[in-house]
Amino acid sequence: MLKPRLGAGLWMNRLVNAWSNREIGLQLVAGLILIALWEAGVRLGNVPDFILPAPSQVVVSLVKSFPVIAGHTRITLYEAMVGFVIAVVLSFVLAFVMDGVPVIKKALYPILVISQTIPIITVAPLFVIWFGYGLLPKVIVVTLVCFFPMVVSFMGGLQSVDKDMYDLLKSMGASRMQIFRLLKLPGALPSLFSGMKISAAYSIMGAVIGEWLGARAGLGEFMRRSMHSFAVDKTFAAIIVITVLSLGVFEIIKLLEGWFMPWAKYAARQEE
Amino acid sequence: MKKIEVIGISSKYEDLRVLEDISLYTDERELVSILGPSGCGKSTLFNIISGLIKPETGRVLIEDREYTGKPGRVSYMHQKDLLFPWRTIRDNVCIPLVIRGEGIEKARASVDKYFPVFGLEGFQDKYPSQLSGGMRQRAALLRTYMFKSDIMLLDEPFGGLDAITRRKMQEWLLQVIERLGSTILFITHDIDEAIFLSDRIYIFTERPASVSRVFTVDIERPRGSKTFTSDRFNRLKESILELL
Ligand SMILES: Nc1ncnc2c1ncn2[C@@H]1O[C@H](COP(=O)(O)OP(=O)(O)OP(=O)(O)O)[C@@H](O)[C@H]1O
Ligand SMILES: [Mg+2]
Repeated sequence: MLKPRLGAGLWMNRLVNAWSNREIGLQLVAGLILIALWEAGVRLGNVPDFILPAPSQVVVSLVKSFPVIAGHTRITLYEAMVGFVIAVVLSFVLAFVMDGVPVIKKALYPILVISQTIPIITVAPLFVIWFGYGLLPKVIVVTLVCFFPMVVSFMGGLQSVDKDMYDLLKSMGASRMQIFRLLKLPGALPSLFSGMKISAAYSIMGAVIGEWLGARAGLGEFMRRSMHSFAVDKTFAAIIVITVLSLGVFEIIKLLEGWFMPWAKYAARQEE
Repeated sequence: MKKIEVIGISSKYEDLRVLEDISLYTDERELVSILGPSGCGKSTLFNIISGLIKPETGRVLIEDREYTGKPGRVSYMHQKDLLFPWRTIRDNVCIPLVIRGEGIEKARASVDKYFPVFGLEGFQDKYPSQLSGGMRQRAALLRTYMFKSDIMLLDEPFGGLDAITRRKMQEWLLQVIERLGSTILFITHDIDEAIFLSDRIYIFTERPASVSRVFTVDIERPRGSKTFTSDRFNRLKESILELL
C-alpha cells in the first residue's frame, strides 16, 4: 500500500516542481492536455484515419516507417544545410560590404526589403522549371528563405557599435580594419547569432517547401506522397520529424553561440 | 617645454557654444585638474586634446608639436570604463598593443607585470562584468596607461564610485603616478579630489566654458589622509567654494 502512494506523491511533487518552474511546466502541461484532448476527440468522435489520426496512431506510424523516413530526413537535412551555409556566407559578405560602403547599402537595402514581400511559394515553382528536380532548386529556396533575416541582423549588429568605444579605438589610432576586428565584429556577434538561429530553423522549412513542389525524395516529397495516398498518419509523422529537426538546428546554433561568446553568460548574470 | 599646451580653443556643437577661448598647459610630471559644472564642456575639451574632434579655433600642442585634430598621441580614459565585454581583462588591457601591431601572445606577456601595480593581480582572465566598479576603473586606467604612459587624460576616472572606494583609488593613483612619472590632465566634479591630487587646478565657468581661475596647490607630497584635514587644504577649498 505504501509504495503506490509514495509514487503518487513523487508524481505530485514533480508536477508541482514543474509548475513552480513555470516556463517549462506550463508549456508541458498545456501540450499534454492538448494531446490528450486530441486523442479523446478522435476516439470518441470516431473520426476516420484519413481525416485525422489519433496521436497514438501517429507515433505507431512514425516508428513503423522510421527507416523510410530516416532516408528522406537525410536528404532534407543535407539540402537545408547546404542552403543555410551558402546563406550564411552570402549574408555575411553582403552585410560586410553594405556596412563598409554606404552607397551600396542605400542602393541594395530597399530592394532587399521589397523582395521580402514576394512569397517564396509563388516563385519556387519557377526554380523547378529552370533547374529541374535535383538538389539545386531546393538549395536555392533554402538560401532565399535564410538569407534575409541574417543579412538584416548582421548589418544591424555591425551598424550599432558603441560610439564611445569607437572613439576610444580611434583615439588610439586604430585603422578601419582594426576597428572592425576589435569592435564591430565581436560587438555584432549577438545579433549575428540571433539571425542565424532564426534562419537555421527556417532552413528545414525551406527545404521541405522546395521538395513539396517537385522532388524525387526528401521529407516534403514523402509528405506529398503520403497525402496522396490518404496516409495522414504518415504526414503527421513527417511533421513531427520536421519540427524536431527545426528545433534541433536551432539548439545547435545556440550551442555554437555559447561557445563563441563565453562572456555572454556573465554579462547576462550582471544584468539580472 | 610644456607637456600639453592648449591655446585659445573654442568649440561648438551646431549652434551651441561649448568652449570659449580656453588656454591651459601642463608641465612635465604635473597632475593638473579641471573642475567645472556638469555639461560645461570638459569632456569636449578632452575630445579636442586627444584629437578626436577639431576645435573651431585654437591649437593643441604636445611637447611643442602641433597635434590639433590628430589622434593617437595622448592616452585618453573616458568617463565610462568602456571595457569590451567580450574580452577578458588581460585582453582589454592588450588592445593598445594590438593596435600598435604587436601579436596577441606577445602583448599578453608584456602586460602581465602591471597587474599587481594596478591592483588587478589574479583577475586577468575574468570578463569585465565579473569585476566590481572600482576594479573596472583600474582596468580601464591600466589600458589607458598601456597606450601612452607619458601623457594621460583622465575624465572623471572615479566618477561612479562610492566615497570609500574613491578615497582608496585616489591614494592609489598618487602612488602609481609617483612610480610611473606620468603627466596627467584630470577632470573631476569633486573639489576634495581635485585638491588632493593636483599640482594646479583650473576652474571652468558654466557653458560656454572658459577658465575662470587657476589655483596652485602648494601642499607637499607625499599626501595622505591627513592632507584632507590640513589648514592649507581647507583654505584652498574655501576659496574654490566661494568661486563656484
Ligand atoms: N555629440 C554632441 N552633440 C551635440 N552636443 C553635445 C555633444 N556632446 C556634448 N554636447 C553638449 O556639449 C555640452 C558639453 O558637453 P561635455 O560632455 O563636454 O560636458 P562635461 O563638462 O564633460 O559634462 P559632465 O561633467 O556632465 O561630463 C553639453 O551641454 C552637451 O549637451
Ligand atoms: Mg564629461
